[in-house]
Amino acid sequence: MDFVTPKKSGIDFMDMQQINDKVLAGGRISSAEALILLEQGDLYQLGFLADAIRKRKHPEPMVTYVVDRNINYTDICVSACKFCAFFKAPEDASGSILTNDELGRKIEETLALGGTQILLQGGLHPDKPLEFYEEMLRFIKSYGIHIHGFSPPEVYHFAQLSGLPIKDVLIRLQKAGLDSIPGGGAEILNDRVRSETAPRKCTADQWLGVMEEAHNLGMRTTATMMFGHIETLAERIEHLSRVRELQDKTGGFTAFIPWPFQPDNTVLAHLAKTTAFAYLKMLALSRIFLDNVDNIQASWVTQGPKIAQLSLSFGANDFGSTMIEENVVAAAGVGFRLSEAEIRKLVEGAGYTPCQRTMDYTLVS
Amino acid sequence: MESMVARAGLGDILEKVKAGERLTFDDGVRLYQSNDILAIGYMANLVRERLNGDNAYYIYNQHVNYSNICTNLCKFCAFGKDKDSAQAYEMNIEQVKAKIRERLDEPISEVHVVGGIHPDLPYSYYLDMLRGIKEVRPEIHIQGFTCVEIAHLAELAGKSVADTLEELVAAGLGSIPGGGAEVFSPRIRQITCEKKLSGEGWLEVAKTAHRLGLKSNATMLYGHIETIEERVEHLEMLRNAQDETNGFLTFIPLAFHPKNTELADLSKTTGLDDLKNIAVSRLFLDNFPHIKGYWVMIGPKLAQVALSFGADDMDGTVKEELITKMAGGETSGAMADTELIRLIREAGRKPVLRDTLYNVIEEK
Repeated sequence: MDFVTPKKSGIDFMDMQQINDKVLAGGRISSAEALILLEQGDLYQLGFLADAIRKRKHPEPMVTYVVDRNINYTDICVSACKFCAFFKAPEDASGSILTNDELGRKIEETLALGGTQILLQGGLHPDKPLEFYEEMLRFIKSYGIHIHGFSPPEVYHFAQLSGLPIKDVLIRLQKAGLDSIPGGGAEILNDRVRSETAPRKCTADQWLGVMEEAHNLGMRTTATMMFGHIETLAERIEHLSRVRELQDKTGGFTAFIPWPFQPDNTVLAHLAKTTAFAYLKMLALSRIFLDNVDNIQASWVTQGPKIAQLSLSFGANDFGSTMIEENVVAAAGVGFRLSEAEIRKLVEGAGYTPCQRTMDYTLVS
Repeated sequence: MESMVARAGLGDILEKVKAGERLTFDDGVRLYQSNDILAIGYMANLVRERLNGDNAYYIYNQHVNYSNICTNLCKFCAFGKDKDSAQAYEMNIEQVKAKIRERLDEPISEVHVVGGIHPDLPYSYYLDMLRGIKEVRPEIHIQGFTCVEIAHLAELAGKSVADTLEELVAAGLGSIPGGGAEVFSPRIRQITCEKKLSGEGWLEVAKTAHRLGLKSNATMLYGHIETIEERVEHLEMLRNAQDETNGFLTFIPLAFHPKNTELADLSKTTGLDDLKNIAVSRLFLDNFPHIKGYWVMIGPKLAQVALSFGADDMDGTVKEELITKMAGGETSGAMADTELIRLIREAGRKPVLRDTLYNVIEEK
C-alpha cells in the first residue's frame, strides 16, 4: 500500500511498507520495527495505523470514561523521585495523612457526582503497618465503592515493611476491599532509567512482579508509562515490550495510559516538556505495539482538552477519568480541569458517543 | 495511506488535490462535514508541502491595540467597549510611541496596530500615529488597521478608500491585517455585528488595497453561530477576490472565544474544530500562499500540531495582545522565540524567521 515516504535516510521504502502491511493485516510488530516507526515514521503513518487498529478493536463509535476521584491518602514519601513534584520527605513537617473524616467526605462527594470508583494512591510512608492500609480499605469499602488502589511501588513497599511475600500482601489487601490496581509507578520499565530518576523505587521486574501476582489473584490492573525525561526511544519501546510480554501471560491489563513527564517544580525542571506532536506519535505507537491490550487512554490532564480530543484519532478509545480531584500532576504546574459534561461534549464533537464505564470497562447504564 | 483517505469517503477529493484541481463548494461542505481529521489533514498536508516545503514561518512582532473604544460592539467581541465604560481606554500618540520605544532593543520587524471603531478620534490621529511609530523606529513595518477601520478612516477623511490608503501609506502604513472579516454572510453580520462594514465592503477595501500594491491578510471567525455552508461561502468569496487581485498573503482561521462576550453561552471550539478549519482552508484556498495556526488563539500545543494539518505559519512571539486575552484566551501572552523554534523543529519543520511580507530574515 501507498504511504508517506520517510524523509530520513537509513530505512528504505520497502521496510516501512512491510511494517504498514504487517500492522494492517493484524500482525505484531517487533521492537526493532517499533523503533523504526517512532524514529522515522510520519505523523500520518502512525496516526492512520493506530486509528485502523482502534477501529478494528472498537468498531462501535464509542468513547468511554470513568467517573472517579483521585484520593492521595498521604504525600509523605521515602522515595524522593526526581520527576515528582507531589511528595514531602518524611522529615518535612508539611506532609500529612488524610483522616477518616476527610476520606469519608471525599467519597460522599464522589458518590453524589455519580462516581463509581476511588483511585487511591499515596507516597511510600516510612512506618505505617499493613494493618493501617487494611483499615483504610475497610473504611472506604463501607461506602460500597470500587477501590482502584495502591500502585505496585506501594504494594512492594508494604511487603518490604511487613516482611511478607507480595502475594500475601495482595491477598490481605484484596480481603480488606481492594478491587483493582492502578498502573502508576511504572514510569519507564528499565532499570537504568529507574536508578537515575527513582533509585529507591521498586525495579522494573518488581513492578511487573506485583502486577503478575495481582492478575493471578484475579485482580485487573492498568499500566502507565511516564515518558519524555531521560529515557531513550529504545527504552520506551522496552517498556512497551515488557507490558506486552506480561499481558501475553496473564491478560490482566485493562488499559494502557502513556503520559508525558511534566517537569515544573521537580528536580528535573530543566528538561524540555514533551510537545503535543511527540505525545501523539507515542500514543499512536502504543496503540500499534500493544496488540493485546484492549484500551488506550488519552491524557487530558497533561495535554488539555484540544489535544486529548485529537488523541481519539491517534489510537485512544478512552478519555480516562473525570478526576474530580487530582493532585499529582497539578503539583507539577499543569492545571487542566474538565467536567464530565465537557468530556462528553469533546467526545461528541469528534463524532463518538460518550459512555460512562467502570474500571473493568463494563458500561454504566 | 491514501487508501485510508478513500475509506473516509474522500477519495475523489484526494484525486483533485493530487492533480492540483480546484475544490468546489460541495467539496468544501463535505470536508467540513467529515470527522475524519486524519484524512482531511493528510490532504491539507500534501498541499502545504507543495507550497511551502519544510518551512514553518514565524515573526518577531509587537502588538499595539491603541484603543478599545468601539461603536460597533459586535456580540462576539470581548475587547470593544463603549466610550463611557469604566474599562474603556485610548492611547495618545506619545503613549503609542513610548510602547514602541520600550522595545527598541528587541529585533522586532513588525508592529501590528489594531483598535476599535472610535467615535471621535480624528483622521489626523491615525496619520500621526503612523508617523510617530516610524519616527521612533523608522525601519519597522507597520501592519495596521483592518479593512473595517480603513473604511471608517475613509469616512472620517471624506475621501475614497483608495485616496485614504495612499495617505496612510505615505504616513507609514506597510500592509493590512486580516481582521474584521468575521463571516461574510449577511445573516451572520445581521445577528452578530449589524453595525459593522458588510462582507462585500470588507472585500472591496482589501481589493482596493491590493490594487495599490498593498498586501493584506484575511481571517474567518469560526465557532459561533455560522453554518458549514456559510464558512465555505466565506472561503469562496476570499478565493474569488484573490483570483482578481492576488494581494492576500495569509489566511488565518480565528477560533471564537466566548468568555466575556454576549455569546458567552456558546461552547469554546474544540481541537477538532480548530484543525478542521486550518485543513479545509488550506485545501480550499488554493491561491493563498500561507495558512496561519495562530497559537494565541488555539494554544501552542495545537498550533504545533497544526503544522501537520495545513498551517505553515505560527505567527510570532506576540506580547501585549489584548483581543483574545479579553475573551478568556488561556494562552495569550508571550512565547519565547526559542520555544517557538523548538516546537517547529520537533514537528519536523524548518523554523524560518520572516518579515511581514514573508521575506526570510533568518533560517534557524
